[in-house]
Amino acid sequence: MSIDHTYHLVICGSVVPDPLQSLEPVVTQGKPGLKNELMLPMVLDPFVNHSLNEAAKLREATKDTQVHLVAVGPKAKLQQLMMVLAQKTAFNLVAVDAPAGGFIDSHTVAAALAEAIKAIPGLDLQKTLVFGGWSSASRASGTTLQLVGEKLGITEQFFGVDRLTPAADGGFTVLERVEAGQHLETQVAGAPAVIGWATGELPELPNNPKIGMMNMAKIMPAIGKAKAVDLASAGFSVVDTALPAEKRQTRVVKDMPAAAVAAEIKEWIASGKAG
Amino acid sequence: MEQESGLKTLPGDEVRQIQWGFSDRYDLQMLVANARRVARTIVAKNVAEGERNTHEWTKKKAAMIDAFDEAGLTAAFMDVEHGGFIDGPKNLALALMAFEISWVDGGAATAGLAGNLALSPINECGTPEQRARYMGGAVPGKGGKLLRGSFDLTEPLPYAGVDGSMLSGTMRIEKWEEGKEPILKIEKRGRFITNMAYANFVTAAVGSADERIKGSTMVILEETDPGLYDRGVATKKMTHQLSSTHDPVFSLSVPASRIIGGYDIVDGKIVPRLDHGSIIEAVFSHTRVTVGIMTAAKLLSAVEPLIRYHRQRYRGTSADDVASPRFKLGIQQKEDAQQRLADIWAAGEAMCSLGFAAARLFDKIDALVKIRKEILAKKGITGGRALYKETKAIEAQAMEYLKLDGSLTEAQKATDAKYRALKEDPLIQFALLDTLGNVYCPAPKLWNTGHGTNMMREAVALMGGYGITEDAPGYLCNKWVDGQLEATYEGPEVVQRRQISLTMTNELFLEQLRLALAELEAIHREMPNVGAAITARAGKLFLFALDYMQKTNDATGKKYFHANRQGVSFPLADALACLLGSVEQIRDLVRLKNEGPQNPVAAESLPGLLPFMGDLCVIQALDMAGEVEKVLTELIYGYMADPASVRTTLKEYQELRLALEESMAGQRSARDRAGYALTQVSIPEVLDYPQ
Ligand SMILES: Cc1cc2nc3c(=O)[nH]c(=O)nc-3n(C[C@H](O)[C@H](O)[C@H](O)COP(=O)(O)OP(=O)(O)OC[C@H]3O[C@@H](n4cnc5c(N)ncnc54)[C@H](O)[C@@H]3O)c2cc1C
Repeated sequence: MSIDHTYHLVICGSVVPDPLQSLEPVVTQGKPGLKNELMLPMVLDPFVNHSLNEAAKLREATKDTQVHLVAVGPKAKLQQLMMVLAQKTAFNLVAVDAPAGGFIDSHTVAAALAEAIKAIPGLDLQKTLVFGGWSSASRASGTTLQLVGEKLGITEQFFGVDRLTPAADGGFTVLERVEAGQHLETQVAGAPAVIGWATGELPELPNNPKIGMMNMAKIMPAIGKAKAVDLASAGFSVVDTALPAEKRQTRVVKDMPAAAVAAEIKEWIASGKAG
Repeated sequence: MEQESGLKTLPGDEVRQIQWGFSDRYDLQMLVANARRVARTIVAKNVAEGERNTHEWTKKKAAMIDAFDEAGLTAAFMDVEHGGFIDGPKNLALALMAFEISWVDGGAATAGLAGNLALSPINECGTPEQRARYMGGAVPGKGGKLLRGSFDLTEPLPYAGVDGSMLSGTMRIEKWEEGKEPILKIEKRGRFITNMAYANFVTAAVGSADERIKGSTMVILEETDPGLYDRGVATKKMTHQLSSTHDPVFSLSVPASRIIGGYDIVDGKIVPRLDHGSIIEAVFSHTRVTVGIMTAAKLLSAVEPLIRYHRQRYRGTSADDVASPRFKLGIQQKEDAQQRLADIWAAGEAMCSLGFAAARLFDKIDALVKIRKEILAKKGITGGRALYKETKAIEAQAMEYLKLDGSLTEAQKATDAKYRALKEDPLIQFALLDTLGNVYCPAPKLWNTGHGTNMMREAVALMGGYGITEDAPGYLCNKWVDGQLEATYEGPEVVQRRQISLTMTNELFLEQLRLALAELEAIHREMPNVGAAITARAGKLFLFALDYMQKTNDATGKKYFHANRQGVSFPLADALACLLGSVEQIRDLVRLKNEGPQNPVAAESLPGLLPFMGDLCVIQALDMAGEVEKVLTELIYGYMADPASVRTTLKEYQELRLALEESMAGQRSARDRAGYALTQVSIPEVLDYPQ
């Protein structure tokens, strides 16, 4: 089905420190960050992938829909990660150079994102759907996207979204997660809106190096142009940082039925060893 | 009191891209990202779930091939005109892909690359029609039946193996109607043929069994050709179980247009334009480099699991004192464990450097092949005496160029007209690269796989009993035996030693080696702690000994060095391959030092990484120098008549040896520093692929 309607899709998403790494919070030159932050491998925030999958599908279903990806993150790290993302589907990258260690106040990040979005040439806010994660893999305050919407004056906002179905008149239906595995369905008259994706229901887009080569030709200059912003905000400071005091004891088991795993966990909790 | 070590994290992608020369190639960086993803998900899962425990081709193994297709790995070999995405030569691309997949599993890497091996005879030597059909047909996602191939040279005993000329496979003329394409009857039995569980075409080496066909050639067989296309039984191999290997039998009727490279009709006879030997030579001159990379990747992949195992070895008792060195460092408290791991890492670095240098070299050669052909065609030179004469003339000019290159200053080089003209001549450049390539293809295949497998044993040993189990993190034991196959297929070590012993005495090669040694001396003046002097002097000792052994008879009156005297020429080939490993490791370090600062991520790590990588170069250089000196001394003195001859002859050799040994002074502490750095470097909490 092709719908004769155009959206301007803006995906907000960036990189986060690889959670497999030993992430040690430290304060250097008065600023909180991670030990060896720039040297640590980073990964794409998985919500970028969900958003991009959904954006690609929506573009296919509609006419002339454009996709922009706005990333606030360390410029130097963006190139490696774009190598993967660029292969998924065509998009226009807007990069803003800033740290992404998980110690930045969501108000500040939201302001940088909103500024960058407003500056996208030819973007019509009335046609815009802002996509992103309903939380992020870095600190998961779950507030950034809401603040971006507020700063752009977009007050129709949906979070924990698993499906967006466009209608012929430019409206769309949104399926939002509510509690206990239930969904809430909302009919929306049309853009603008903020969509904070949960995982969505789409399979991941395959990596297509041919699309990647075409995308990278535009992405590299965009990374090159990324302006550095100072995300320090007045009135926000990190007083202390520490790793959760948890001791991990991993046991590798194979072929253990789920019920047996559950029974063992129950016993462990009941024994009070969980602390 | 704990000191800080400069090495903070394991080297990241940005660093590797600079070292291995692809920081400006997004196509290759994408390929790396895709190959890594498939390797660390679906391939690793196959290993973890025990798919290596069967010789049969299973659904899960087949799913891995589909994943390669989807990730663009299959198409990476194809030219853009046939549906690929990488423009130009692909040696570095395939080497990087092999590196990423064999980081997890060598058999999976083989499965991913064997299709290219089947296509290589067509790619290198095929007619335009053959190239279009088979290269184009092997690109996934185009619709229609996807072509997947096997390369079939090796035959059941007593036929083709190391000696590829002993063919039992035959071609005869079955039908030849006036004015029509002849139909050939092909009989071929294969042994140890990769991909055979699912290949729907085969490129097979056969000889003529018909007086109306001349010589030997390679032909393309298809599953749908009339006759027998029997895949045969699966080989019960103890390694690389994620690839498929069978002993197939073919008895098929095919049109003569399947002769790779085409044929002519001369005096009523079918004359294939290329014999099987020259096709195979063109194929293996490329593909063997990739195999060398596969073993090298294993060594680097062992570092992280070993550090983690050592550090965590004593954790988890009721008496854990989390601040104690025993808790924090575990086995890493012990010097031997630290330093042996540094040895493994150092060897892995040198092997990667050598392999990737060879891959880049072949990319350059491939780019020149077409240009050279065109120039020669314009000159009207097609072969025979004219080509021989032209080649000799070019070689003389190439030598002239090298002499100028070694004697002119950089300023002079910029302005000297003669030098510049020689430098820009594609024929001269081709001659130089080609003579290097003749050594640089077998060198990593020989040294990386052979010595690499020995070093993998060290890695297994460092994980104790866990190391030899199926559950060992990083699959160390699998990798150890996989290395042995990599040392065997595509020509065992003997084949590589034979080739090096024939090509290393080429004067153009030797002169280029001399220049490389001079380059190392210059590096040493600027960077005294990277093993450059050790390597340069080991190289000089080698050059002297090789020259001496070529000119001198031993005590029994036999020439020391003779191609057929494998007891002398083969150890020399080993020594040279290992020497080249150090040369390239140091060159990569210099590139990292020069280009690293321009990349902000790499730059951040350089202050700690450069000294550490320098230490690894020194560790490897010392090991190499000891080996080279051992081989040379054993040979030269070992064939002398008596102690008096050893004492009185060869003062020059003794001087060179002393100079080498002097350059070792104080260098061994690099190993202590590197070992210590391994106790300090931060590693991820868990391995990024299942175990
Ligand atoms: C898993 C696997 C996959 C393979 N895939 C393919 C494939 O896809 N296509 C294909 O065509 N082949 C394939 N091969 C075959 C492989 O290339 C051969 O096994 C290899 O070339 C060696 O031949 P051989 O086993 O007959 O050894 P042999 O010829 O029997 O040699 C055995 C040993 O004898 C010694 N030796 C032999 N000749 C000499 C000599 N002249 N001088 C000194 N020493 C010598 C060497 O030590 C050598 O290693 C595969 C093999 C395996 C095991």
